[in-house]
Amino acid sequence: MQNTAIQVKGLQKSYKQLHVLNGVDFEVKQGSIFALLGSNGAGKTTIVKILTTLLKQDSGIAAVNRFDVALKPEHVRQSISLTGQFAAVDEILTGRENLIMMGKLRHLNNPRQVTEDLLHRFGLTDAANRRVSTYSGGMRRRLDLAMSLVGKPHLIFLDEPTTGLDPEARIEVWKIVKELADGGTTVFLTTQYLEEAEQLADRIAILHEGRIIANGTLSELKKLFPQAKVEYVEKQPTLEEIFLAIVGKKEEK
Amino acid sequence: MEAIQKHFFSDIGVMFGRSMRHIFRSMDTIITVTIMPIAFMLLFVYVFGGAIQSGADNYVNYLLPGILLIAIASGISYTAYRLFIDMQRGLFERLHSMPIARSTILWGHVLTSLVSNAISVVVIILVALFMGFRSSAGVLSWLAVAGILALFTLTLTWIAVIAGLSAKSVDGASAFSYPILFLPFISSAFVPTKSMPPVVRAFADNQPVNSIVDAVRSLLAGRHVGNDIWIALAWCLGILVVAYVFAMRVYKHKVS
Ligand SMILES: Nc1ncnc2c1ncn2[C@@H]1O[C@H](COP(=O)(O)OP(=O)(O)O)[C@@H](O)[C@H]1O
Ligand SMILES: [Mg+2]
Repeated sequence: MQNTAIQVKGLQKSYKQLHVLNGVDFEVKQGSIFALLGSNGAGKTTIVKILTTLLKQDSGIAAVNRFDVALKPEHVRQSISLTGQFAAVDEILTGRENLIMMGKLRHLNNPRQVTEDLLHRFGLTDAANRRVSTYSGGMRRRLDLAMSLVGKPHLIFLDEPTTGLDPEARIEVWKIVKELADGGTTVFLTTQYLEEAEQLADRIAILHEGRIIANGTLSELKKLFPQAKVEYVEKQPTLEEIFLAIVGKKEEK
Repeated sequence: MEAIQKHFFSDIGVMFGRSMRHIFRSMDTIITVTIMPIAFMLLFVYVFGGAIQSGADNYVNYLLPGILLIAIASGISYTAYRLFIDMQRGLFERLHSMPIARSTILWGHVLTSLVSNAISVVVIILVALFMGFRSSAGVLSWLAVAGILALFTLTLTWIAVIAGLSAKSVDGASAFSYPILFLPFISSAFVPTKSMPPVVRAFADNQPVNSIVDAVRSLLAGRHVGNDIWIALAWCLGILVVAYVFAMRVYKHKVS
């Protein structure tokens, strides 16, 4: 399993009475974009937190870059970066200061150079000396992403990177994610938007009621969709229809 | 891991530099932690002072220790506030998923608290000098004063950590400091406890802040300190240990 970036087996997690994860299994290949799709409250953030060593699972195994997240969290942290569900930026500092801070905490030799490059790449050069509290939602998200890229992590977790963004800002984030993957970075992203998963992901896993109920490439998932009965309908099923169909089937059982 | 150990202090330095920037960029903080205590000092010295029988020939000399403690008590409410904001905004999660020691962010806030309170204490003492404060204390006594105030700050800081970590709202994060802020008023900080009714006096004489005020005042006046300093140290150390243990528990629980 040389090229497996993430391996998850039988993952379980409850918050007191609430069983959020009931045996989650999946794998993510190195260099791919993997989308975890699920509705609000499905447990996406819980999975991200376990994989980024912020939360301990109750049982099951999770390994990141072949290090067990529960046993070797320090090793896991060496190669990952997290962009959480809500932008973790320092409002009082400027955009530039935020990036320099990350550069120093990543112990880079040239935090300033890295900062200038990232500011440029994310279109934040003009706003670099302004306090982040004056930024728009899209600019904040871009800065947040830029901060996660300081130090060139091999594996990046994006928890609902475009929730709350306007369509334009969303497309910008998509562009960045694609560039990252082209550069060889493994991207694990969660989303509620079927279109986002369709647009970005090499593989999509659907999380529903604590389990992965479907996992595959977009075309594989499309095959799961029940064949249309009436032949002359040519429209391809959208992922939304696939999702609803699979969820519906599970619930009938 | 070695790399994490190696960078521990420089990482704390980065976090410290960042929150000092927060302080210098926030007018609100500066006003509350230095200008408000200075205003109190002006008010008490020039408005009420004439009517207060402090027994000292110079009321500024009498008042200063209490004012310093009030400044520190209001200063640490911002420590709780900054900690709460960092947690709420997800900065904890970002840093905790990075290869740096987990306690970096906490120690960064503790160091900021110590240094920023030291700055406001120095500013207030300078203003007091303009208002006629004089001290016959020698170097050792000044060092002892600095030590007690630093210990007091550290103690309150760990209480602030508990408040900041366990608060549910911004207001909750700083509300814990109000009772602490009130303690100097029911002590010998402004008037001698002799003048108080017996029940109030019994409380005033035996609460932690009173011994600190008395110890600092005697040290600054170059008088013999007596037991006050040991009582003050015992209070601070005792509360510090309890607060630290409790804060670390809350922290472990939060980040597990
Ligand atoms: N710390 C917590 N304590 C109790 N319940 C929680 C906690 N965190 C999340 N939950 C609950 O667990 C479920 C899954 O949450 P989450 O993983 O955040 O879902 P998602 O990210 O898919 O929206 C939700 O019902 C949420 O309310
Ligand atoms: Mg979530």
